[in-house]
Amino acid sequence: MDPASLLPTLLTFAWLIPLASFVVILFFGKHMGPHGKLAGHVAALSIGTSCLLSMIALFGVWLPNHELVDAHHGGHDATHEGEDHESHDEDHGAEEAAAPQGSQFQYTSTEVASAKLTLTAASSGEGEEHSEEHNNGPPPYYTGEYYTLVSFGSLKLALSYYIDTLTVVMFCMVTLIATCVHIYAMGYMHDELHDFTDHEVTLSNGAHLKRPGRYWRFFQYLSLFCFSMLGIVIAGNVAMVFVFWELVGICSYFLIGFYIERHSASTAANKAFIVNRVGDFGMLIGMMALWASVGTFAFGDMQDETGKTVMTESGEVAEPGIFSQLRTKENDYAIQPTEGMVAEGERITTVEEGEENNAGWWLLLVAGVGIFCGCVGKSAQFPLHVWLPDAMEGPTPVSALVHSATMVAAGVYLTGRFYPAFSPEALIVIAYVGAITLLIAATIAITATDIKRVLAYSTVSQLGYMMLSLGLGGWLAGLFHLITHAFFKGLLFMCSGSVIHAVHTNDMTEMGGLRKKMPITAYTMLVGCLAIIGAGIPVAGIGLSGYYSKDAIIEQAWNFFDKNQFHGSILLAAPVFGAAITAFYMFRLWYMTFAGEPRNQQRYDHAHESPSTMTTPLIILAVFAVAVGWNFPGTNLGVYNLLDQARPVGTLATSEGVLMESLTIPNEHDAHNFLVKAGLAAFGTAAAGLLLATLMYLLRWDMFNPAEIKQTFKPIHSWLWNKWWFDELYWAVFVAPSMVVAKFASSFDRGVIDSILHGAASAAKGGSQVVDAVFDKTVVDGSVNAFARGTWDFGLLLKKLQTGSLRQYILFIVVGAMVLFVSAFFTIVISGS
Amino acid sequence: MSSLPLAHLLNEPVGVAHFMLVGAVMFVCGALCMATKRNALGVLMGIELVLNGANINFIAFGSKYLRNDANTLGLDGQLMSLFVIVLAAAEAAVALAIVLNFYNNHDSVDVDRAEQLQG
Repeated sequence: MDPASLLPTLLTFAWLIPLASFVVILFFGKHMGPHGKLAGHVAALSIGTSCLLSMIALFGVWLPNHELVDAHHGGHDATHEGEDHESHDEDHGAEEAAAPQGSQFQYTSTEVASAKLTLTAASSGEGEEHSEEHNNGPPPYYTGEYYTLVSFGSLKLALSYYIDTLTVVMFCMVTLIATCVHIYAMGYMHDELHDFTDHEVTLSNGAHLKRPGRYWRFFQYLSLFCFSMLGIVIAGNVAMVFVFWELVGICSYFLIGFYIERHSASTAANKAFIVNRVGDFGMLIGMMALWASVGTFAFGDMQDETGKTVMTESGEVAEPGIFSQLRTKENDYAIQPTEGMVAEGERITTVEEGEENNAGWWLLLVAGVGIFCGCVGKSAQFPLHVWLPDAMEGPTPVSALVHSATMVAAGVYLTGRFYPAFSPEALIVIAYVGAITLLIAATIAITATDIKRVLAYSTVSQLGYMMLSLGLGGWLAGLFHLITHAFFKGLLFMCSGSVIHAVHTNDMTEMGGLRKKMPITAYTMLVGCLAIIGAGIPVAGIGLSGYYSKDAIIEQAWNFFDKNQFHGSILLAAPVFGAAITAFYMFRLWYMTFAGEPRNQQRYDHAHESPSTMTTPLIILAVFAVAVGWNFPGTNLGVYNLLDQARPVGTLATSEGVLMESLTIPNEHDAHNFLVKAGLAAFGTAAAGLLLATLMYLLRWDMFNPAEIKQTFKPIHSWLWNKWWFDELYWAVFVAPSMVVAKFASSFDRGVIDSILHGAASAAKGGSQVVDAVFDKTVVDGSVNAFARGTWDFGLLLKKLQTGSLRQYILFIVVGAMVLFVSAFFTIVISGS
Repeated sequence: MSSLPLAHLLNEPVGVAHFMLVGAVMFVCGALCMATKRNALGVLMGIELVLNGANINFIAFGSKYLRNDANTLGLDGQLMSLFVIVLAAAEAAVALAIVLNFYNNHDSVDVDRAEQLQG
C-alpha cells in the first residue's frame, strides 16, 4: 500500500488505542478482575499494541520507502572545501533520484538536487563567501486533516497530522518505554491491589490513613497520559499541540498527585500544574503572534491522500504551512519573516523614516520565544524548573514515564519540531536558557540525598543539554540526546523505583551495599549511569548511547564557539563542566546506594530483589541504553541517521543574526571538525567527575571525606542543598507580594465594599419597611379590603330577598307577569294611538 | 252589550277567543291555587291547571277548525301541548319525589315549612 495512507493509518491507531484503553478502564476498571487487577493488563496490552504498530510503521512502511543516508558520512564531507562538497552532494542527489523509491522522497531529493544546483550557480557569481553555505531541502513528510474544527476565511483550525521520521521515531520511543513502564508498574503498584495503608498520612486520631486500592485508576491515567503524548507527537499544527499539551499537563497533575491524601503530593501536583500554566501563557502569546501574522498553525503544506502537495489552479501551494512560509524556496530555505509578519511587527515596533525595518524579525523573535516559553514550562527549564523535583511525589513508574518519554520530552520535541521557525536570536535565547538550566540543576544534584530527586535534577540538567544543543544549531544532536536520554533515564528511574520498593525509603543516606541483595537492579543501574555520563572510548567512536549524543552536543558547542567567541565561550563551558558534574553525582548516587557497607542494617536486611515483572523491563531498557546510539551493523540504520532524515528544511545552513549582527548559528555538519577535541574534553571531564566520586564515596580517602567537605564549604553546601533558594526566591518575589496584594484586596473587600453593600442593603430594607407600613398596609390593602367589604355587604343585602316561601315567589311571578302585561298593553295602546 | 268588554263573545260563533277565555280562567285558577295552597300536592295541582290552561291555548291556535286560514296540516299546537304534557308528567314525578322526601323529613307537606334556603 501507499505509505501516504498507510503511515497515518498505523500511527493513528497507535495513537488512539491508549485512549480506548483509558475509556474502557474508566467505565469498567473497577470490575476488571479482583480489585481491578486486569486493568493493568488492558493498559499494558494496549500500549504494547501501539508499540507494535509504531514499529511496523517504522520498519515496515517508512524504511522501505525512504532510504537512509549516513549523516556522519555527509558530515565528514563537510570538512572538505566548498566546491568538492557541492559536487559530491549533486552526485548524491542524482543517485537518490535514480534509485527506485517512494514518489514522495524521489520528488524531494530531486528538489534538493535542483536547489543545490541553483545555489552553486548563485555562489559562483557572488564569490567565495557563500561557498561553504549549503542547505538541505524539505524533509519527506505526510500531512493531512482528520477534522476541521473552524475556519474563518483564510484562518483555519483543524485536527491534523504531520508525520516525518521524527514523529515515527518518537512514536517508537514513547510506546516502547511506556510499555516497559506499564509492565514494571504492574509489579510496582501491587500494594494498590488491596486496601492500602498510607504510612505517610497520619489522621487526627493518630492512625494511618486506610483507603481502598486505586490500581485500576493508576493505569487509567497512564493510558490517558500516553494518548496525550502521542497526540503531541502526531499533531500537525500548533493549536493541536497546545490541546494535547494541556492534556499532558492535566494527566501529570493526576499522576503526581496520585497519593492525593499526602499533603506533599497534592501541593506538588498543584505546583507542576501552576508552573506549567506560566509557561503556557508565553506559548499562547507566541501562538497569537503566529496566528495574526502568518495566518496558519499548520506545520507543513497541505497534502492530498496520495501525499502530493495540494496546489491551486495558478500553481501555488493551496494551504502553505508555517515552515514553507517562513523558509521559501526562492530564498534558499533561509529564514525570512513573511510580509504579514513585517506588517504586524510594525504595530509593536516604531519604525523611523529611513531606518532599517526589522519589525518582522522582532515579531519572529516574539513568536519563537513565546512558543519556547511553553517548552520551558513542560521541559522544566530555568526559570520554571522548580516543579520537576517536586513531581517525585508521584509513584516511581510515573516519574520514569514523565521524565523520560512523555511530559518533559514534549518541550524538547516541540522545540525541535518548531525549529524552522526560530530566528537566530530566538535560538540564542534557547541556548542560554539551556546552559543555565544545565548548570543549576547539575549543581543541585550534587547535594541531594533523595535518590529520585538526584535523578530529577539530572533530568532537568540533561534537558538543559538538549535545549542548549538545539539553541546552538545542533538540531540533530539535541533530538538524538532526547531519544538516548529517554532510554537511560527511564532505566535509571525504574532502577531507583526497584531500590525504593526494596528498602521503603528514598533517602540514600539509609542505603548502601545493596548490590549484594539486588544484583540485577544494581548492574542495570550501573549501565544507566555509564550511559548518562557518556562512557565510551574517545576518538575510536565506540561507547554507550549517551556517549554519542553528548559528544555530538559538545561538538556543536565547540563549533559554535569557533564562530562566536564571546557567547561561545560561555555556552561551551557549560556542557563541558556539566559533563564532569553529571559523572560526579551519578556515581555518587550509585556508590551511596549499592557500594560500601549498609548504613541502615534493618533496611538492608529487609531488602530483596524485585519481582521479574520489574526486573525484565530493567534488562530490556539496559540493552537499549547501551545500543540505541548504534547503527545496525553493516547498515545506515540508526537513530542518528533516522532523525537526520527529518531535519527541518533550511536548518543545516549557517545562519546569521539580523537583530544581533555578530551572531552566527553554525552548520551542524561542521561540528565533525571538532570531533576529537570535543570527544577528549567530554571524556576528560566525565572521567574527572567519576574519579572524584570514586575517591569520595567508594575509596573514602580521608582527604575527600564528604562530611568534612560539607563542613568546610558550609555556605555553598547549604546554598545547593536549598536548591539555590529558588523556591524561597519565588516565594519572596511572586508569592509573598501577591499574598500582600491579596490581603489588601481582601481587607478592601471586607472593609469598604462589604460595608457599602451592607449599608445599601439596610437602607433598602428600611425604605421598604416604610413603604410597607404606609403605602401597602393603608392604600393597597385598604382598597382591597374595602372592595371585599362592599361585596360582602351587598351580598347580605341581597340575601334578604330569598325568603324561601314558595307561595310568595309565585305571587311575585304573578305580579311581575301582570306588570309586564299592563305595561305592554299601555305601550301598544299609546303607540297605537 | 257592547259597553261591556268581552260581551261580544256571547253572540259570536265559537272561535279561538272562547277557548282562550277558558284557558285564561284555568290559568288564573291554577295560579291562585299555587299561591294560596300550603299543601304541596295542592300546589302541584295548581301547576297542572296552569299548564293545562296554556295547553288549551296551544290547541286552539293549532286547530284548523278554529282558524280561517286552515290550509296547513296544523299539528303545531297539538305537538306543543303533547310536549307540555310529557314535561308535566316528568316534572310531576320529580316534584312528587321531592315532596315524599320532604314528608320523610318533616312529617308534613306544608310548603311554608320549606324555608331552610332563605337568606
